[in-house]
Amino acid sequence: MHSTDADILKTAEAWSREGRSVAIATVVETWGSAPRPAGSHLVVDEDTNILGSVSGGCVEGAVITEAMDVIADGKPRMIEFGVADETAWQVGLSCGGRIRVYVERLD
Amino acid sequence: MRLSLLADLNAERTARRAAVLVTDVASGEQRLVREAEVGGDPLGQELQDSLRWGKSGLVEQDGRQFFLTVQMPPIRVVVIGAVHISQALAPMARGLDLDVTIIDPRTAFATPERFPDVPVLAEWPDAVLPEIGVDRYTAVVALTHDPKIDDPALKAALQSECFYIGALGSRKTHDRRVQRLTGAGFTEVDLTRIHAPIGLDIGAVSPAEIAVSILAEIVATLRKERRRSA
Repeated sequence: MHSTDADILKTAEAWSREGRSVAIATVVETWGSAPRPAGSHLVVDEDTNILGSVSGGCVEGAVITEAMDVIADGKPRMIEFGVADETAWQVGLSCGGRIRVYVERLD
Repeated sequence: MRLSLLADLNAERTARRAAVLVTDVASGEQRLVREAEVGGDPLGQELQDSLRWGKSGLVEQDGRQFFLTVQMPPIRVVVIGAVHISQALAPMARGLDLDVTIIDPRTAFATPERFPDVPVLAEWPDAVLPEIGVDRYTAVVALTHDPKIDDPALKAALQSECFYIGALGSRKTHDRRVQRLTGAGFTEVDLTRIHAPIGLDIGAVSPAEIAVSILAEIVATLRKERRRSA
């Protein structure tokens, strides 16, 4: 049974109350056949425990790396993935879609 | 995001109220807009639309981009009758992220052994429905075949904003039901809200197939706006 996006946000709150540093990644825009719709969340803590998904696995690794920077400096970031992007060769979406992901720290 | 803001958003969900988290993506500024506050918000119209579709997304205003995280309460299916069809329906509904509650005053049927994963209330529907609150994110499904149990549930459902009402039984059974409910003061328009015979016509035979047809009809009602033939 997969978790719904709201369950994921409840877990983010619980993790934060346990004293863990938490970043929330949210899909804000998609083009083409992106695997997860806008509003999908991925929650990451400082030990790279994760819950949820922003792409069904294709770009999670890169989002987690970015989330570590966001946890470190507290600055929200917007990152884009897609076939038109240079990074596509490393972490692209095999389905040919493009997505923008907003990553922020929970304070 | 501030933890207090996330806590407020989660609290709205627990209370089964819709809410939108508005994020200015350039500045990172955020606010929570509860369903009741939408009208007074500068993004009122956009928020209204996002709630109608239940869809998160970007909107633009005065050259600024805002991301709307739309949170709708979980869809609940209240099933009257701890019967065979309900036993097939409960696990399927979970797979669809639907919260199922089973109600049946007959204690021989309404047991946790028969329904290991969902709340089972061995109560009369008219006693318990006001308590659990039938809102517009709720579907009410009457499956006992017994007017003594189904009718009070249907009356409560018809007086509520619930988005789906379904009742098991043949056309003949439903005709008699319509007569009874008309006698109880419900109008013809009220009674058209009841899907009966219940479920999409897929020629269902077994309890599991009937459960599929009921759940398909609930999803079809829920996603009405997206249906190509609608």
